[in-house]
Amino acid sequence: MYETTYHRPTSLDEAARLASEMGDEAKYLSGGMTLIPTMKQRLAAPSALIDLRHVGDLKGISVNGSSIRIGGGTTHAEIAASSEIQSACPGFAGLAQLIGDPAVRHMGTIGGSVANFDPAADYPAALLALGATVHTNKREMSADDFFVGMFETALEEGEIVTAVSFEAPEASAYEKFRNPASRYAMCGVYVAKRADGVKVGVTGAGADGAFRWSDAEQALSSNFAPDAVGGLSVSEGDMVGDIHGSSAYRANLVKVVTKRAVKKALGQ
Amino acid sequence: MTDITMTVNGREVSGSVEDRTLLVQYLRENLGLTGTHVGCDTSQCGACVVHVDGKAVKACTMLAAQASGSSVTTIEGLAQGADLHPVQAAFREHHGLQCGFCTPGMIMTAVDIIARHGSSLDEHTVREELDGNICRCTGYHNIVKAILSAAGASQPQTMAAE
Repeated sequence: MYETTYHRPTSLDEAARLASEMGDEAKYLSGGMTLIPTMKQRLAAPSALIDLRHVGDLKGISVNGSSIRIGGGTTHAEIAASSEIQSACPGFAGLAQLIGDPAVRHMGTIGGSVANFDPAADYPAALLALGATVHTNKREMSADDFFVGMFETALEEGEIVTAVSFEAPEASAYEKFRNPASRYAMCGVYVAKRADGVKVGVTGAGADGAFRWSDAEQALSSNFAPDAVGGLSVSEGDMVGDIHGSSAYRANLVKVVTKRAVKKALGQ
Repeated sequence: MTDITMTVNGREVSGSVEDRTLLVQYLRENLGLTGTHVGCDTSQCGACVVHVDGKAVKACTMLAAQASGSSVTTIEGLAQGADLHPVQAAFREHHGLQCGFCTPGMIMTAVDIIARHGSSLDEHTVREELDGNICRCTGYHNIVKAILSAAGASQPQTMAAE
């Protein structure tokens, strides 16, 4: 790891001020589960780290009826273990339980994951399917607008993801097909069913990061059953192809995993 | 350099370290607590697991500065004098180790798993939660037995491959 300096603000304003003082070589550090390994490999070399774990405004989960708001500094373990989220939106709590391993879930945060937008990260699939809102210290925007492309979001220099919020759907579920070695999603699909239709978010497979599969959304909105996506196909050209699986393999996987997610959402 | 203070195994320690110092480096090189191992150094193997404020974390993926102000427990902090911690005793009783390299991390993870699940633990949960701890010797069966035993949970009737 190259040299860096460590800073520990306790408020959002202080964090943003530090970031502007230190310039574009500074980085926010949340759980560090991606950033620290990346720094150890010298793939990232921020001159300064601004630790967000002690910023109180980023903490906490609030559930009012079906309205769910999760602070950006909330860990995967806290989301998975939240009885309120388990009862309002079990699919989302179940997703958090599938991230990494227990030690990673104790440190990694939803804000960090969303801001990093790794193409195999789990939350983006859910936030797209749930029509979630991403809140920052400057504004709020829909998940559709927030996620731009591979490792690219609408975040501007120095902007911090403070929370995500969404309305719990009638039914939802996340199904993840893991790489057997790394355990990252080779394809993860979140389906969310509401009275006005179904949304489908896919992660791990798309060449531009997580995306919504609109053909499946239409098919499932008229018939919420695994077989409804049977006749659809996914364009190979939009998929990742690498040593773990070709783009044709992943295109098929999207369909298979979507069927499984629908089955899970139906409680079958 | 940054000044840090933390409680390690009940003892307050402080020092000045380079900001980029990893917690595992600080524990091993500054404090001489070499029970916490570095295996893969890429956050996957779990040999470096310690508890920070009561939660299992990978000490190779956290800066010492991040842990400043926290309470850290390492494998050296579990036994009470000559009396092994119940999880350590269970690993010995059930032969939950061979070469022993992964054992400190396994035991720290096991203590965390038991703290969260208690005697309701089952084999499936133990295996799922050992996702981030790799053992290349035992094949995991005896590690799972040891953890279930220490939790006071019922053992599976038959283990796969037995």
